[in-house]
Amino acid sequence: MRYLPHTGEDIAEMLQVVGAASLDDLFSTIPEDCRRKTGLNLPESLTEWELNDLMASVAGAMAVSPEYKVFLGAGSYEHHIPASVSYLLGRSEFSTAYTPYQAEISQGTLQAIFEYQSLVAALLGMDVANASMYDGASALAEALLMAIRATRLKKVAVSSLIHPLYRRAVSTYLAPSGYEIVELPRLNDGRTDLRGLEKMDDLAAVAVQSPNFFGIIEDLAAVGNLTRGAGTLFVASFTEPLAYGLLKSPGSQGADIACGEGQSFGIPQSFGGPGVGMFSCRKEYVRSMPGRLVGKTLDRNGKPGFVLTLATREQHIRRERATSNICTNSGLCATTAAMYMASLGGTGLRELAQLNHDKSEYLKRALAGAGFKVPFSAPTFNEFVVEFPSGFDAIYRRLLDEKIVAGLPLAPYYPELAGRYLLCVTETKGKNDLDALVQRLIG
Amino acid sequence: MKESAGTTGLILNEPVLFEKGRKGRCGISLPRRDVAFFPLDETLAGPGPNFPDLSEVDVVRHYTRLSSWNFGVDTGMYPLGSCTMKYNPKTNEKQAALPGFAGAHPLLPVALSQGVLKIMYELERLLAEITGMDAVTLQPAAGAHGELTGMLVFHAYHKSKGSRRSKIIVPDTAHGTNPASAALCGYSPVNVKSNERGVLSAETIAEVMDEQTAGIMVTNPNTLGFFEENIRKIAEIVHAKDGLVYADGANMNALMGIVSSGDIGVDVLHLNLHKTFSTPHGGGGPGAGPVCVAKHLEPFLPVPRVLKKGEKYFLSEDFPQSIGKLHAFYGNVGIMIRAYSYIMSLGAELKKVSQLAVLNANYIKERLKGILHLPYDRPCMHECVFSDKNQAAQKVTTLDMVKRLMDYGFHPPTIYFPLVVHGAIMIEPTETESKEEIDLFIQAFKDVVKEAGDDPEKLYGAPWRPKVTRLDETEAARHPCLTY
Amino acid sequence: MKEISELSFPDDMRYTEDHEWVKKIDDGKVRVGITDYAQDQLGDIVFVEMPEVGATFLKGAEFGTLESVKAVAPAYIPVGGEVTAVNTGLEDSPQLVNQAPYAGGWIIDVAPSDLSELDRLMDKDAYVEMLKEISS
Repeated sequence: MRYLPHTGEDIAEMLQVVGAASLDDLFSTIPEDCRRKTGLNLPESLTEWELNDLMASVAGAMAVSPEYKVFLGAGSYEHHIPASVSYLLGRSEFSTAYTPYQAEISQGTLQAIFEYQSLVAALLGMDVANASMYDGASALAEALLMAIRATRLKKVAVSSLIHPLYRRAVSTYLAPSGYEIVELPRLNDGRTDLRGLEKMDDLAAVAVQSPNFFGIIEDLAAVGNLTRGAGTLFVASFTEPLAYGLLKSPGSQGADIACGEGQSFGIPQSFGGPGVGMFSCRKEYVRSMPGRLVGKTLDRNGKPGFVLTLATREQHIRRERATSNICTNSGLCATTAAMYMASLGGTGLRELAQLNHDKSEYLKRALAGAGFKVPFSAPTFNEFVVEFPSGFDAIYRRLLDEKIVAGLPLAPYYPELAGRYLLCVTETKGKNDLDALVQRLIG
Repeated sequence: MKESAGTTGLILNEPVLFEKGRKGRCGISLPRRDVAFFPLDETLAGPGPNFPDLSEVDVVRHYTRLSSWNFGVDTGMYPLGSCTMKYNPKTNEKQAALPGFAGAHPLLPVALSQGVLKIMYELERLLAEITGMDAVTLQPAAGAHGELTGMLVFHAYHKSKGSRRSKIIVPDTAHGTNPASAALCGYSPVNVKSNERGVLSAETIAEVMDEQTAGIMVTNPNTLGFFEENIRKIAEIVHAKDGLVYADGANMNALMGIVSSGDIGVDVLHLNLHKTFSTPHGGGGPGAGPVCVAKHLEPFLPVPRVLKKGEKYFLSEDFPQSIGKLHAFYGNVGIMIRAYSYIMSLGAELKKVSQLAVLNANYIKERLKGILHLPYDRPCMHECVFSDKNQAAQKVTTLDMVKRLMDYGFHPPTIYFPLVVHGAIMIEPTETESKEEIDLFIQAFKDVVKEAGDDPEKLYGAPWRPKVTRLDETEAARHPCLTY
Repeated sequence: MKEISELSFPDDMRYTEDHEWVKKIDDGKVRVGITDYAQDQLGDIVFVEMPEVGATFLKGAEFGTLESVKAVAPAYIPVGGEVTAVNTGLEDSPQLVNQAPYAGGWIIDVAPSDLSELDRLMDKDAYVEMLKEISS
């Protein structure tokens, strides 16, 4: 087998040095009653060529572009990935390297992550960003735990317009310690109702997502005004970081922690993972932050270099008193996101964000023009909610057969919103795709 | 004299991104604008971040140069203990990049997601077979995430029995993620010492196991490289007080086809796909940490779960006792596809993988034991642990030795872990290293140890050959500079 | 790391088993820090976590931590009482603990609730004896 270099001769020589009679003999220290009685019942090993055939056929049973037009967002976004980015990730010095504990021979990874941290901090208007969390959902859960640690309060307020699956992860993470989660309702225009917050003074954090699950841009400044000086941390969450090429950054609006999903930045959707949990905060909280941090320093000859730093926050040193249990994070995805942000540049980011917004606006107005109701009036970025008339699910299914996925039905997530669908338009859809969709929906 | 693996060569300096570029450059092909411009409300619009503007050439050169400063498994041997730095097969990358997988949205209607659901369903069963456990979740995104999942399962189990437990038994050889994960669930770790053989004694566990203890977290083989030979008795003791046994499966590379965790009393086990199952480490992830459980704990697994009816796969949330969700979607599917490809490429040869991993480690142990101090002189599993005791008189530490090893062209082993050995040097070669590569490694270590005696300055100042020498970590921690 | 004979231990201090020193200062208060042995063992101190002024602790309670690059060490209060001052200079210059552990590297001042706790601590000779036993 091509990954196992040992020849019969090698094995014989090595067994002799070790003093074992056979490969089985190497396991003689394992008590008999712990040994497997039967062999591994696994399918016969495949050649590379058989594997190619198998996987091609399995992958064929998936609905992806260009064959399908998928108008889904909701935490996973279809964006064009430049060939240059995919190519650079193929450099196995990045992908087959370990966590950069031995800094002298890991400067590639370390500088790439330092740059990622800097780009994320700039994007979100924050002082410092970490080297990544697993995804946007776990990042949000860890942000709330961090706020709880920093304030020593036990209650958090979470907007009902944060991604429903993120809120479920938050509940799972906060459940064992019995922390209380209060849900903030929504206004008619589709933004979070903050009125209840004026009365809450025992909150460790207020968490709001923008753009929210309905694609609507929240009034982050209003949240910032409420939390400033109140001893409550403002956690700004997001699922679509591209929005910050166009919108005011969470940091500029008073966020203490800004965290979310970075998959949009050059990372394939891959049925929901791996992604990258972006995580950033104000500098006064840096020692409470979970995750790894790369810092700049000098070597013995005064040459600049990078190292992992502030490691005393982490599990391998603090163990049960660590800021988190996280060890392996999403390093290669963070590197990918950095490569993508570097390729876009500030100018490109702005243009691409505007294009996403405009294509989405185009579809929204075309649907409104065709007589469909857009129930929420607040401005959106690249996703929006449309109301389809009763009996629509037959049309939805017909469109699936025509290889069009016309949005995400909201009923499973918000039962009171049956008949509403969340549609997403990114730069991957042409005007003719949008016109075709409207035609299909009318006809 | 044979040439050292490590040598010098021309690499280029490269500044940080922010010091490069020119305003107006762009490194991507912007898609065609075929719709009107719709200005955003002024109160919402911001200036956007001040990213540098770079051309595609700027970006490709930048990262190509950075990559040349790195050492990966593809560069050379990476004997990090408990990390299982085995070769990452390139065909796995090809499969994960297939458009049907890479381009798939997680919330597609189930009828249009049958390919990925099939892989997930089958991978669960393959991992169950390999570990001898009954049910699997692929949702955790890393080992520590799996440990948290396991602790939440413990918590849910005890809650379902109306029992409040506040403690968990953690051996002195445990990885830091173990007590950290336990603490996230409100458990206080009860630390127990390993015995003179470097394993846990049943008596030690019996002394601390009580009705306030949720159970025990073991790593098997443990971080000293030894099979926990008393595990069956320990499991009995823990089970007798209705506790559960959690196994950290980071070291599974030693046991495939040899030991079935389900048979030795393990209730919950996590695996690291980025260790045992060959998916790349990526400089710090992404990984995946599937959790395998015994049948009676299946109801607590995270949702949604992948089920099969006839020939069709579907997702189900109908598990009322589930601990909930730890990841927005289903976990790191891209990593699962790589691991699946690996398992399908090896089949029952996975047993050979474990056998050769253990052979390689024992070979290194035997060849280095006269040179480095071996605290436990007996057969090991897939990794062996030395200490720097023999070099103390020369005032040379583990750190000095491994820094010099880099000049010879090898990534250092794991150092200063486990904590129970002074100056621990944990070496795990994995099965993908050939005998001649290992012989070079052994010779390099011997040369370093000789230099420690003859000319320790060579070690104190090492490494000499990489782009940078030892870095000032003190200053980096005192005055952190974390962004540009 | 240094030999005991190379380290210094002032005569006018009291010492704990966990390597803190304590000495009387004005107004019945006491000043607390870690010994030369402790700073030598820890290596370069990168961060000192200190309590808030006004916080109260019982004797032996953990009042803060000292961090080196690779380790975190708790600091235990030698006598119970209320923290009246913390050495804010350590925020920018944690290395003072290494350079001048008994002077510029002091950590907190305490108004003790029971000054007799001080007298029951080790004097310099007893502490040095203890160190010699640890090192052997």
